[in-house]
Amino acid sequence: MKLRIRGVEFHYPARPVLRGISLEVRGGEVLGLVGPNGAGKTTLLRCINRVLRPRRGTILVGKDDVGKLSPRVLARKIGYVPQASPHGFPATVFEVVLLGRRPYVSWAVSPRDREVVAEVLTLLGLEKFCNRDFNELSGGERQKVLIARALAQEPEVLLLDEPTSNLDLRHQLEVLGLVRSIVKEKGMAAVMAIHDLNLAARFSDKLAFLHRGKIHDVGEPAEVLTQENIRSVYGVEALISEDSGIPYIIPLAPIGAHPSPLPSGPSQKASVKCRCD
Amino acid sequence: MAGTLRPRGVPLEGLPPAEAYRAAAARKALFLFLALGAVGGMALVATAVGGARLGIGEVARALGARLLPFLELSVPRSDLAIVWHLRLPRIALGILAGFGLGLAGAAMQGALRNPLVSPFTLGVSAGATLGASLAIVAGFGLVGAGRYVVMGNAFLFAMGACLIILAVGKLRGVSPESFILVGIALTYLFGAATSVLQYLAEEGDLARVVHWMFGSLAGASREAVLTVAGVIGMAFPFLLKASWDLNALAQGDEVARALGVNPGRVRMAVMALSSLIAATITCFTGLIGFVGLVAPHIARLLLGTDHRYLLPGAGLLGAGLLLAADTVGRTLFSPLVIPVGIVISVVGAPFFLALLLRRRRAIWR
Repeated sequence: MKLRIRGVEFHYPARPVLRGISLEVRGGEVLGLVGPNGAGKTTLLRCINRVLRPRRGTILVGKDDVGKLSPRVLARKIGYVPQASPHGFPATVFEVVLLGRRPYVSWAVSPRDREVVAEVLTLLGLEKFCNRDFNELSGGERQKVLIARALAQEPEVLLLDEPTSNLDLRHQLEVLGLVRSIVKEKGMAAVMAIHDLNLAARFSDKLAFLHRGKIHDVGEPAEVLTQENIRSVYGVEALISEDSGIPYIIPLAPIGAHPSPLPSGPSQKASVKCRCD
Repeated sequence: MAGTLRPRGVPLEGLPPAEAYRAAAARKALFLFLALGAVGGMALVATAVGGARLGIGEVARALGARLLPFLELSVPRSDLAIVWHLRLPRIALGILAGFGLGLAGAAMQGALRNPLVSPFTLGVSAGATLGASLAIVAGFGLVGAGRYVVMGNAFLFAMGACLIILAVGKLRGVSPESFILVGIALTYLFGAATSVLQYLAEEGDLARVVHWMFGSLAGASREAVLTVAGVIGMAFPFLLKASWDLNALAQGDEVARALGVNPGRVRMAVMALSSLIAATITCFTGLIGFVGLVAPHIARLLLGTDHRYLLPGAGLLGAGLLLAADTVGRTLFSPLVIPVGIVISVVGAPFFLALLLRRRRAIWR
């Protein structure tokens, strides 16, 4: 196992967010993290790369306890791909990707650093953009650059937060396809928080349904993408179909939509109280 | 680098990415060396112009007489006095102040991810002004005696403003917005207090306060030069060492963390050091605005946003700008001297606008 999450609990001052999460991800495997807004997907990602400190539980990358590594060493083991980058002072694509070498560089950029960056740029088909301003790129290209930066960290674990949320249809497929093949090729373990269940099913080796801070169900997409799971996690009636072994869902209607907050629709309450995911 | 130091005929596009980056980096380093040389050259020219006309040769001899005593050059005493006591301290302070303000501005803009930030939008200048006004108008001083009261007050109040900002940052979370908002609030508060003092002041005192606020290098002295040099010499290596951290901060706090950087700590340290530089300079010169805001932007247009090049670049451009402005101010209507704080805005603003219009590259989006 590349990544082991054991009994992780996290509380914000007012409310518990993660209540005993345990998951394992093998090298070469993509784990899709799905669940309604406020279920704790982003919080779990932040606990894994220690932006947040869990109150209980351990997270192991290989044999190393994430809680005991220095920030710099941790940044060599876990790469993080954010949803988007803040706009700001312009930097070139090469410079943005080069930042992935920050955990290795003290001052000067070594030939090896340049080599790694160039390799990653080629891998993602970004060479021709290398001197362009990052902010001038399209959403899809930008997302690839952010993935490239995480890969330049040469991590063992790759975390992705909604990598497709701003992308058009074609780029969604392209980016997720790239992620999956690179993860396989490099033997990394990837955890990807993602809203789109059909994309999640198509591009993940395992799906974990997160619901109110707990793992509701986890397993291969075909096993866990069921009507019952969709109903109890999202409070949505859905049809499940299948295309050459890959399940896909057609959402039909929210259960007990409104106005009564009856027990039949608990997950709507969960989505109301979320701040932002 | 898009639009950055790309000589025509040597397109970076043709090179493989790693080579293109290397070439661009080499160009930036070369640019810094040339800028350093240019500031040195300007200093020599600036020493030679002024009320008493000395040729560059005479200036060089006067410099040589002290620096290289074994040459046993014979130089008129008056030349020595003009060069060593009048002009050199002023020029040295101009270079140092410009360097420090440009450097501090670039570091603060990076740490707070905001293009409008400068030492003078974050309460440092308002604090210094209040301190100086208190000393001049009310005769109130925290430290020192005689002419040092104004300086001491200006410095302490400026650092006080900085400490308040840092303390609030510590208490309320160190987001860029909280720093900036507290800085603005302090600026208003101190500004109001200064206005009250000005309202109550006698005419002579009022004139002194206003003069202090113009910002000038007339108070240059050996101790001013040494103090400013000492503070910059202490802070510059630390800021430079934070270059990668500042680069990472530009990508957002969360990404910075994922890259092993502690955003809060970096921000606090950089803000403290930059404010210290700005406060030290301001207490000797009064308010010299604009450089700290604009030198970093010019440097960014020319060198890009990697702080390893940007920080020294902003410093050197600030030094050049301030020295040029003071030399113009000293000589244009000689013997009347226009305070450098005024000249720098008059000369700098159109220069900056021209650069903005000429460049394709955006400084902020």
